[in-house]
Order: sequence, then structure tokens, then C-alpha cells
Amino acid sequence: MRHDSRFKAFSLSLIWLWMFLFALLPFCLVIMASFMGHSESTLIEMQPSLANYKQLNNAIYIRIFEKSFLIAGISTLICLLLGYPFAYIIARMQSRWKSFLLLLVIIPFWTSSLIRSYALIAIIKAKGILSSILISFGLIDHPLSILFTNYAVMIGLVYNLLPFMILPIMTNVERLDERLIDAARDLGANRFTTFRKIIIPLTMPGIIAGSILVFLPAMTIFYIPDILGGAKSILLGNLIQNQFLIAQNWPMGSAFSTVLTIVLATLILVYLWVSRGSKKREWI
Amino acid sequence: MAKNVVELRGVYKSIHDHEILHDINLEVREGEFLTLLGPSGCGKTTLLRLISGFEDPTRGTIFIDDKDVSGLPPHQRHVHTVFQSYALFPHMTAFENIAFGLRCQKVPSSEISERVVDVLKMVKLEKYAERKPSQLSGGQQQRVAIARAAVNRPRVLLLDEPLSSLDYRLRKTMQIELKQLQRTLGITFIFVTHDQEEALSMSDRVVVMQEGCIEQIGTPRQVYEEPSTLNVATFIGEVNIFEGDIISVNGNNQVMLTILNKARAAKSTRSFSPGEKVHVLVRPEDVRVWNTHEVSDTADMFTGTVEEVIYKGTTVDLIVRLANNKIIAATEFFDEDDDRLEYKMGAQVWVNWTPGWEVILPHET
Amino acid sequence: MKLKALQNFSYLGLIYLFFYIPIIILIVYSFNNTQYSLLWHGFTWRWYAELFSDSDLWISTWHSFFLGIASATASAFVGLLAAVSLYRYRFTGRSFLNGLVFILILSPEIVTGASLLILFTFLHLELGFISLLLAHVSFCIPFVIVTIYSRLVSFDKNIFEAAKDLGANDYVIFIRIILPLLWPAIFAGWLLSFTLSLDDVIISYFVAGPEFQILPLQIYSMVRSGIKPEINALCSVLFCLTLTLIVLSQLALRKKA
Repeated sequence: MRHDSRFKAFSLSLIWLWMFLFALLPFCLVIMASFMGHSESTLIEMQPSLANYKQLNNAIYIRIFEKSFLIAGISTLICLLLGYPFAYIIARMQSRWKSFLLLLVIIPFWTSSLIRSYALIAIIKAKGILSSILISFGLIDHPLSILFTNYAVMIGLVYNLLPFMILPIMTNVERLDERLIDAARDLGANRFTTFRKIIIPLTMPGIIAGSILVFLPAMTIFYIPDILGGAKSILLGNLIQNQFLIAQNWPMGSAFSTVLTIVLATLILVYLWVSRGSKKREWI
Repeated sequence: MAKNVVELRGVYKSIHDHEILHDINLEVREGEFLTLLGPSGCGKTTLLRLISGFEDPTRGTIFIDDKDVSGLPPHQRHVHTVFQSYALFPHMTAFENIAFGLRCQKVPSSEISERVVDVLKMVKLEKYAERKPSQLSGGQQQRVAIARAAVNRPRVLLLDEPLSSLDYRLRKTMQIELKQLQRTLGITFIFVTHDQEEALSMSDRVVVMQEGCIEQIGTPRQVYEEPSTLNVATFIGEVNIFEGDIISVNGNNQVMLTILNKARAAKSTRSFSPGEKVHVLVRPEDVRVWNTHEVSDTADMFTGTVEEVIYKGTTVDLIVRLANNKIIAATEFFDEDDDRLEYKMGAQVWVNWTPGWEVILPHET
Repeated sequence: MKLKALQNFSYLGLIYLFFYIPIIILIVYSFNNTQYSLLWHGFTWRWYAELFSDSDLWISTWHSFFLGIASATASAFVGLLAAVSLYRYRFTGRSFLNGLVFILILSPEIVTGASLLILFTFLHLELGFISLLLAHVSFCIPFVIVTIYSRLVSFDKNIFEAAKDLGANDYVIFIRIILPLLWPAIFAGWLLSFTLSLDDVIISYFVAGPEFQILPLQIYSMVRSGIKPEINALCSVLFCLTLTLIVLSQLALRKKA
């Protein structure tokens, strides 16, 4: 409505002030800092240049980036393969246990992922539970050494991020019109075709949303590679953390952050493009 | 003489260059039950919102009690709206809902109690004062919505399709109740609906709208029996439309014209000139159908074949094909003892109507 | 049909096992009377006793709680106003704000943390409680907005017009209509912020100062330096706490559903 009110003015100014100060401004500062120089004594030197970006074109950095991309990608794929059936089954359930089952998924989701990753150590370490069980079943001869390898990191990522894949897919499947599936079966499609040609395309927005919600953190969480991957494992998240807090090279860290943001922004745009057909997005 | 409680002069409304209302001129008389009738998208709800103050006209002026209300916000206009979805506050009891407006006006508590209880009695819901909307039926919720608006003693009560979400039976009952309520409260009602039967049965006057324009304003009888345009005639009830040519015009509103190559006498209060093309409108219930063996004086009648017989309980509808393949509908009251009404498909029949019962309109393309 | 149901349930069961086994193991071992071995050496409260006598840990815990309550309350307040404004008003930049909230939720925490660090340095703000508070509120607000907004859209829009029609101004509408109807969502949003703040590692890592130690960061350094049974006890306690909070929030949401 056209009427101005003090209440509305108050609300809006507060919101804009907060958003500007703590969302827009920091982001601009990062971009600006990425063009600045660095020296031993000062964190940021005001010498604009593209030096940092040029430095990015370094074999080591590129390898780290590729590795992070690969590990995050594989973890996302595993989450998709494990999570999709799970989400599908729960979403199609009619029983009154459904919301309880959902709650059971949410509980680990809300507990600290530090704790959960830590719990994994006890399981996958050399003299850990997993090894003990596999040995006692006679499946392997000597203890597994997956702790402090990339596999451990992936297990950690999947363990922590699986709920992020499950929830969007579940919401999407819930909105699936059962009658479409019935119509396809009625017209002669077998289960596999129905799945491939009807269900997958219609749940694609959920799949993509889930993939993004897993992939983004998978690329950037630094404490999981830290705890489970050990000192050898440096992924993108660790790199940025390192630049800011150990090497104290903030401009370089900002450059990394900016590149990361661009990559991720592209992924989000892909999601928006794919889901432009469906009227209901995730929340707004 | 009843004065005009609401008046619209030269009102236009456009949203994003799309014209929704075109040159609306309307006078609403005090104490009347006025209905805005039209198909979806004709602008009737927008018109209501202009009066209530939720939208402003692009052009033109709106007067309430002879005062120009341009720019005045809704709650300062002394008109209140009853929404289609009732919009009752779900967390408040019926009493609290009704009292809301009074509390906003800072009316003293004792007076609030009194007035709320009074209006609850009027809508026959005194025992339901402490119930929340979720504990009330659809019809009861609607009465609370009306009470909530009426307790503030508005000059006009605006009702936006309040009955459209009710089932058929309840709707019929509420139509009668609303009409009685309006008389009891004595407030002017402006009622919006797309249901023409509803409009005819409840209103003192009907405003028929199409595509943003007012087609006709009149009493239910006037808009039904004397539609001023084809739109009004076709929107309200069923109607058969014939093309005709005026042969001659006599005094006493008599005309001679040709329909389907037959000359007929007819009556019309409009003036026409010989040779003018016209539309002749005849309502199905005014059409009489005769089996060939029943009548002998058929000089003025039209011959035709029965295409469909539809038994509707109180009436029998006939679809008859006349010469030139003109299809018309006829409705007759079903009389169990009268064999006359046994029509067979394909039967030859004679069709006629009483001269004067038709409506003649200038030809519209 | 039955076979399919069995298949489905087994699959679900497996995944649930995957989720919960590590946590269960953790809780079980917190009672294990041994320092390093994996074999069961008897039931003990020893590690819990050590936990409760570790004063450093208590201080961090208290700090985290205080921080959590403060940031949850502040974010709930700002988030509430933001969600209501986005819902009710048309204003310039509305779709921009929409998009911004969307982006903020998806932003990698590491970029958020780094950018806030730069901001605070730029503003010459010393790292400590204030910087943590501001950072936590910033990343919690979008979640509060989403929680409250999804509740708002389930309202009949006409309620607000009806209230305006009857003479209520925006403030009255907010106090007498919006707040009473929204309180479960506000509570859920508050709880969500509280949990996020309590658990946050990455952003806090960047903006925490030396004086005000918080629990996640303390756990992080403890975990990195090796496994101690005391940590098992700590994690078990925290898990049970979170469990309680979640159940509370679900009950609150369900009450008014």
C-alpha cells in the first residue's frame, strides 16, 4: 500500500543497514583486497594489481583446485546415489511414521559436524571398529589404512552432507503428482522407463538443489579434511584458511575466495536456469 | 427522497497500461441492496476495491456521502469489506474478531461489549461468541465476518463474492439470510457476484458489467425482461436471438418486422426506422411449442423439428430446429397430466410466442 | 508388494545405521573404562567426572551459550522484521533483497568468514565477543527469514487487508495479528539460530579473538591433538542437548500447524 508508516520505515532501514554492512560491504572488500599487494609487515598493501590472480596460475594451486573439485564431485555423486532412493522412499510413504522418520534424519543434521567427523575416526582408523569387523568376518587380512587418506575425507564429507541431499529431493518428490506415474504405466511404460523418462526429469530441480547444497560445502569445509585427511590433505578450504590465518597473505586468500565465489555462482545460475520452469522454488 | 450514499463519476482504472475499468458512472442509493454482476475479469472486484479504498482510480472521482474520498485510506471511509475468504483472524475468538475494529477506534470497553453482543444477536450467533473460526462452520464464519464489518456502523458494506465458496444448499439458505440481514441492519450493501441467479434473487438493483464497462443498471426485472444490450441478454438467463428487419413502425410502440422470412407484429419502446436491421430476443420460457395435430391457426407460427428433449424435473427443455437451420430453445413447465408435453425427437412442431413478449434491440455486430 | 516394502525398509534401515552408529559408538565409549583400547573395560563415569572438572571447558561452554542466546535473539528480531517486510510490502529493491537472502544461505562459510574478518579489520574492530556476535547474527538472519517467511505465506493474505479496513495501522497489525500467529515460527527460527551459532566452526574460526574462547573452537583444537576419552563424554553430552532442543522445536512447530 502507498501509505508510509513509521513502522515500515523503521523495519526497512534496519534491514538495509544490516544487509549493506554485513553482506554487501564485506563482499566488496574481499574483491577489492584480491587486487591488493602484500608484504611482511602489513596484511594488505594498497597496490592494486593483478599479481595475485597471475599467481593463481600455479601448478600447485591448480592441482589443489582440481583435487578439491574431484573429491567434492565424487562425494556429491555418492550422496546422490545413496540419498535419492532414501528420499524417494520416505517421500512416497503414506504412514504416520513419516514425520518421525524425517525427524530421525534431521537429528544428526543438527548435531555438530565436528563431533560427527570425530566419531568417524574411531570407526575408520587402523585399529578401529570397521577394520575389526571386517577382519573378524574374514573379509580382509590386515587392518585398513584409510584414515588420513582422500577416502577418509570423502567418507567424512558424505557422512556430514548426506542430509543436505536428502531433504531437497524429498520435498521435490513429495510434490510429484502420482497420477503422472500412473498415466505413464497405463500407457505401457515399464518401471525403468517410467523412472528414467518421467520421475528423473520431474525431480531434477530437487536433484540439482541437493547437489549444490552438498557440492558447495564439500569444496570449502576445511575441518573435515583437517581431521580426517591429516596434514597431507590440503583442499581448497584449507588453502584459503591457510592464506588468511597462517601465511597472513590476505590479498592472496581474497583472490582464492573470489575465484571460488565465481565458480559457485555459476553453479547457482545453472540451478536457477534449470528450475525456471517450475513455479515453486525451494522457499520463496 | 433517498440520497446517494456512494457516487462514482467518470472513473477509470488501469494497471500497467491494461485498462480494467472504463468510464464508470454509478449512484448507489442509501439502504439499497446493489449487486455488481458480471463474468470473471469484468472489473467488478476492482470496482469494489476502489470504493473501499484499497486501490485508487486512475481517473475520475468517488464520493461517499457527497464527500470526495480520493486519497483517503480504507478505515477513514466508513465503508467496510467482507472478503470472499472471510479473512477472520484465526487466533481470535468470534467476539474478539468482531471487537477488533472497535478496539482500533479506541471505543470504551463497556460500549464494545454491548455493541458486539448486539450484533451477535442480529446474526444469531450469541452462543458462539467464544469460539475460534476453526470451530465454526462456513456459514457461521461468514456471519462473523459480516458482523465484524457491520458492528462499526459503516455507511456501506461491501461484499466480495461471499457465497461462492459455499455448497449449493447452504448458498441458497445464505442468500435468503443475507437479504433479511440487510433489511435488519438497514445498511447499504454492495454485493459482487458472477452468479446471475443470485443477483436476481437478492438485489434491489443490479449493475451488469462486461469487460470494464457498465452495460446496464436496473432492477432484476428490468435487466431480465428489458435487457439493453445483447451482452446483458445473453449473460442473464438463456435467450434466443433472431435477426430481423423492420418493415414499418406504427403508433403505440407497434412494429412490423420480418423474422425468418415471416412478417410478424411486435412491440418495442425504442424507436426504429423501416428497413433497419435488428436483433429480436425471446426467452425460452416465452416460446410455445405445439405438436402439429394440436393447432390449426398456424399462419403466424414457425415450423420446426425437435432435436433434443431434456427433462429437468420442473421443466422440459426443447431444442428445436427451425427453417434456415436456426436452432432455438424452448422451456415449458412439466405437467404430469398433460400429454401435450410428450415430445418425440424428430417430431414436426409449430413454434410461436406472444407478440410483445420479445425484446427488440438495434443490430450489434 | 510385501517384498518391495521389505526392500525399502532395509534400505532405509541401512542408511539410518550409517547415520547413527558413529554417534552411538561415541556415547558407548564415553563410559568405557579405558584410555586407548577399543575393548570394553568396564563401565565408568570417570570421563564425565574429568569433563566436569575441566574449568576451561566450562568457560568455553558458558561463552558459547551466551553467544548463542545473544545472536539467536538478535537474528530473530532482525529476521522477523525482514521476513514480514518482504511479505507485506512492495518496495524498491525487494527482489534484490530476496536474491541476497538466497545467496547468503548458499554462500560458502569460508568466504563469509574471510570477508567478515576483512570487514572487522577495516573497521578497526578488535576480535572478540562483539566480532563473534556480529558474525553469528549475520549468518543466522537468512535462516530466520526463510523459516518465518514460509510460515507467512500460509496465511490468508486478506487478513491484513481486513485489519487495515477495520482501522489498524502497521504497528497494531504487527503486534496483534502477526506476532500471535507467527510465534511458533519465530521460536523455530530462534532455535535454529541458536543451534547454528552453537555449532559454528568455520566462521568463528576466522573472527574469534584470544580472549573469548568458544566451545567448537576448543573442541576443534582438542580433536586435532588426538583422541581423548574426555572428548567422547563431551560429545555425548552435546548430542543429548541438541536432541532435546530439536524435539522442543518440533513440538512447538507442531502445536500450531
